[in-house]
Amino acid sequence: MKPAAKPAEFAPWLDPNETPLIRFDGVTKRFGDFTAIDNIDLKIYRKEFYALLGPSGCGKTTLMRMLAGFETPTEGTITIGGQDMKGIPPNRREVNMMFQSYALFPHLTVWDNIAFGLKRSKMGKEEIPERVKEMLRLTRLEKFAKRKPHQISGGQRQRVALARSLAKAPKLLLLDEPLGALDAKLRQQTQFELMDIQEKTGTTFVIVTHDQEEAMTVASRVAVMDNGKVIQVDTPARIYETPNSVYVADFIGDVNLITGNATLKDEGLAALSWAEGQPEIIGTAGEGLSAGNATFVIRPEKVAISAERPEGMNNVVQGRIHDIAYLGNISTYHVALPDGTMMKAQAANNRRLSRRSFTWEDEVWLSWTDTAGLVLAR
Amino acid sequence: MNLARRTLIGIPYLWLLLLFLVPFGIIFKISLSDYAVSIPPYTPTLDLSEGWQGIRGFFAALDWENYVFLTEDDLYWRAYLSSLKIAVISTFLTLLVGYPIAYGMAKSAPEWRPMLMMLVILPFWTSFLIRVYAWIGILSNEGYLNQLLLWTGIISDPLQIMNTPTAVYIGIVYTYLPFMILPIYATLERMDDSLLEAAEDLGCSRLSAFWIITLPLSRSGIIAGSFLVFIPALGEFVIPSLLGGSSTLMIGKVLWEEFFSNRDWPVASAVAIILLLILVIPIILFQKNQEKNQEADA
Repeated sequence: MKPAAKPAEFAPWLDPNETPLIRFDGVTKRFGDFTAIDNIDLKIYRKEFYALLGPSGCGKTTLMRMLAGFETPTEGTITIGGQDMKGIPPNRREVNMMFQSYALFPHLTVWDNIAFGLKRSKMGKEEIPERVKEMLRLTRLEKFAKRKPHQISGGQRQRVALARSLAKAPKLLLLDEPLGALDAKLRQQTQFELMDIQEKTGTTFVIVTHDQEEAMTVASRVAVMDNGKVIQVDTPARIYETPNSVYVADFIGDVNLITGNATLKDEGLAALSWAEGQPEIIGTAGEGLSAGNATFVIRPEKVAISAERPEGMNNVVQGRIHDIAYLGNISTYHVALPDGTMMKAQAANNRRLSRRSFTWEDEVWLSWTDTAGLVLAR
Repeated sequence: MNLARRTLIGIPYLWLLLLFLVPFGIIFKISLSDYAVSIPPYTPTLDLSEGWQGIRGFFAALDWENYVFLTEDDLYWRAYLSSLKIAVISTFLTLLVGYPIAYGMAKSAPEWRPMLMMLVILPFWTSFLIRVYAWIGILSNEGYLNQLLLWTGIISDPLQIMNTPTAVYIGIVYTYLPFMILPIYATLERMDDSLLEAAEDLGCSRLSAFWIITLPLSRSGIIAGSFLVFIPALGEFVIPSLLGGSSTLMIGKVLWEEFFSNRDWPVASAVAIILLLILVIPIILFQKNQEKNQEADA
């Protein structure tokens, strides 16, 4: 159903013969002496659901506005479908945008909002009602066609905005924090609707978001940005499992970070000495790792917690439970290691709370396999 | 309902009663009276010393004669119509001048806006009368405007602007411009800029986005501003008297002449009552517009 679930079938970025729909070549954007976008190269392929992820101020919105034509690059070129976009205004690009504020025209009905772009296109007068109806069906808004934007709910407004931006069947749809104004439950539901609609229409989507969970859910590939630079572009699974830097590891999801001194080992492994009197940690060596200062990165759910010392494992440390965060389906245990480092371990709560094996101040053992964590250059 | 609430609601009603309804009643009564050479210059006056007989006689002496007179003399008709025409045209002209100014203010950098707003309001700090007098200095045959035009050689004889309707239009547009600018500015300023980007994104040129999006969305400001200019302009007296000379017929001026030159208070009062009735219609429409806006905002 979603591209991320079947990466083997949809991965045009792995195919050297595929030409990208969008290319950024050395694009830089400066506002005065502030550099919003710093020499970025990107390739986005047809039918991708591409997420630009980063903290506010990282340049992701500027990148999107350059695609729409509201900003022009200071340096470099942007091509869409092989055409250089330089000097082409927003109204002459086959790109539509769904705005963060939705930007629905308050004086027009839902119907007229959706028909707005069609009326300004070459589409014949007779075809417009048919297309609007199709869009209303797609977004399940048939009942609200005659209403004004202020007479419908936030979720419905979001769908009107989507229908309006899809109506002209653009080559590329830009979504600027499209779900930011919705509550958690509706947001989740809408994420799946978005993926569904993207699949049905076959449009290339570029979404801007600061919500990593949203990016992971919807996107075929995620570009993690920071300070105007793209740090890593990869599938959600690879971003999560094999981050290329401590920044990406720390930005996506929950993570344990242990700094120390790395030495390279065989079979793509590395050892990290991190505290006196403690055995070395073994982990997968990150790309381009060399001996010296490094950080060991491991997700809490990959750290096992047990009362007895597990046998036959390299990575075993003892600690004392400092805190327990009960999250319903899982619990996160904050374990203080002898040197004072705090480490998080996650375990599924497959027993009732009253029968839980561990409690505060318990002495426990944490362990993980040799390949569970990554040793990354700092 | 407790006493505190009654008092709270009562105060505005008392205010209206004392400052609107009572004066209106007095004027209305005078409009039904007859002209007399006395102080005050009309009969009858209510004399309570004669008891019931006096009160009955007082009401018997009131009639609609003055209103009938207004329909007979075409001076009044022409004055009302001419006032309407001048008010409509000057409201339109004020809109033409005011809209671009309001638009420019709303599109300027946010840090400039308080200053620009200040500049619009600033003239109010000087007496209205003095500002209108100043226009005489500019528009008269020997005024600055004619001197400038003569000096540049654009004209060889001074233009006759003073004492023409043109001068009245200039005066009204100048005086009431802030009333037009401020409500339009208020609607434009709170308009979401992303609406225009969305229009552009969907294939509009900037110019057509203005006609399709900006203008309809500032409609409430245009209507509010137009009424704020039209209503006082209709009864305007100072500007036509000072700038319009004898050639400009306006009902405010007729009213003034009836009261102070003719000392015919009953006819003047009838003129005022009719003017009020003419104004009630746009005022009601204005209120309706405001209510609708508040609903839309909520």
